[in-house]
Amino acid sequence: MSPLIQVKNVTKKYGGLTANNDISFDVSENEILSVIGPNGAGKSTLFKMISSFTPTTSGEVIYRGERISNLKPHIVARKGVVRTFQETTIFKSMTVRESVVVAQHLRAKASLAGYFWGSKTAQEDVSAFGKYADELLEFLGMSEISNEQASNLPQGSLRALGIAIGLATDPKVLLLDEPFAGMNHDETMNMVNLVRSVRDERGVTVMLVEHDMPAVMNISDRIVVLNFGEKIAEGTPSEIQNNEKVIEAYLGSVDDEIGM
Amino acid sequence: MLGFSSKQLIGVGVFLFVIFIGVPLVIGATGRWDFFFTLTSVALLAIASAGVWLTFYIGRINIGQGAFALIGAYVSAILVVKAGWSFWISLPAAGLFAAVVAVLIGLPILRLRGVYFAMITLVLTQVVTLTALALPITNGAKGISNIPLPSGLSIFGIPLIPDFGSMENTKLAFYLTACVLMVVTYAALYRLVNSRLGHLCRSMQQNEELASSIGVNIAYIRIVIFAISSFFGGIGGAMFGSIAQSVYPSTFVVADSVNFMLNCFLGGLGYVFGPMLGTLVLYFGWDLLFEIGKYQMLVYSMILIAVIRFLPNGLLSVRFGKGDKK
Repeated sequence: MSPLIQVKNVTKKYGGLTANNDISFDVSENEILSVIGPNGAGKSTLFKMISSFTPTTSGEVIYRGERISNLKPHIVARKGVVRTFQETTIFKSMTVRESVVVAQHLRAKASLAGYFWGSKTAQEDVSAFGKYADELLEFLGMSEISNEQASNLPQGSLRALGIAIGLATDPKVLLLDEPFAGMNHDETMNMVNLVRSVRDERGVTVMLVEHDMPAVMNISDRIVVLNFGEKIAEGTPSEIQNNEKVIEAYLGSVDDEIGM
Repeated sequence: MLGFSSKQLIGVGVFLFVIFIGVPLVIGATGRWDFFFTLTSVALLAIASAGVWLTFYIGRINIGQGAFALIGAYVSAILVVKAGWSFWISLPAAGLFAAVVAVLIGLPILRLRGVYFAMITLVLTQVVTLTALALPITNGAKGISNIPLPSGLSIFGIPLIPDFGSMENTKLAFYLTACVLMVVTYAALYRLVNSRLGHLCRSMQQNEELASSIGVNIAYIRIVIFAISSFFGGIGGAMFGSIAQSVYPSTFVVADSVNFMLNCFLGGLGYVFGPMLGTLVLYFGWDLLFEIGKYQMLVYSMILIAVIRFLPNGLLSVRFGKGDKK
């Protein structure tokens, strides 16, 4: 089976700084793949390039045989590759339900003019959006806070909201940006289960950038490790845990640490 | 009915009754015919302000509506005077022309945000004024005067609008026309804001990155909204020119653009009908302060600062409370 997403020799340079250098790996359908690495390793940049929020300097990202890098973000989203953001990126003055309703933009069948005149298709869309929003919030265990203003939510719920907004677009691939950051153990475990159920029950392929090692080891089918913009390892969690280069990247080599 | 509560329907009914029947009756009884002109101006400025409000709705501060009002006024005047068009055809043409200009200007400048966009739009009014001074077709500083009053309009021999030239009381006719235009504008605006396009605008206002991640073509929506906004500006300006029967480069200046924006602030950015109220209060407030002579500007500015400081959500927030109710 050919991979769902192929990252091919992707490089990103900001002036003289190389954020990502010649990175290649594949993502298979229905897997949970994590990208990890120390701070400044270029994980977020890589995600931005996959979702076309920033262009690549060279190399390309292929999704189902089509190039999706160097396009516009909304076009990539339309193809089914959707990213989420960290918790501060939400629709602050909308309620949870409103956010999920508006996020179903891509499912709309009626035109914008149709909505203006209130055509039949538009009315059907509106009721379908509401129904799906309720379903989705139920699935994510967020029904109780559905009428809460987003700006009033605690951090954990904001992340769930971010995922809800992403899922409302009906994606094939969901890119999660640090979904566990700042969470305690219980919250993290809830989120791990949630992400798993997104994959298992909704057939969404998940890629995530994360720092929380226990969670990453728990959730991932495979892991890609970046350090200083280069891919230094790729494999299953147990392979990564025993990889010397990875241990060196995280703990530093003996020489570096003592300065000898 | 149409998803409106009975309270809303009554409110709209009362409003329509007041502006179409109440005001003319009161003015007829008191003989203050000059008020027709004032109220007509308010209605037309409220149309242009509605456009500015709409650009606020996608998170852009627009201080350039004077430019589009001036463009609309000139386009209509030129079409009527030089091409011999009926005013009623030139009116939508003026709006469309302003919208097309908005698309051309908007393509490069709508990428800017915050104060940068505001600064560029601030310059636009001056650019259009200078262009009007320079172009041969606009007659430079002399402007276009002696614009004929709107002629009658009939479709298939059925008269829809009578000839303004043969009327005794054009003030009333202009007032009613301006009110009809204003009502249509705000009805369209209300509908737009409460339809999907409005929801997408709100999502963009709050976070453009997140909006594009859910598949919203933000560049396209920005252009569409800016074009609609300028269409309103063009319509308001064209009607204004027709009432004054003349257009000069100074008909709309930078101060007018600033006022359009202030109307929105004052009425409330969270309310569709905010700019309408804002225009009324600002226009009459300025006139009432005329009595105090040289301190007019000082007192006026202080009141504005106080309103923006203590009622950041606009005058309508007093009635409806905080938040973005429509």
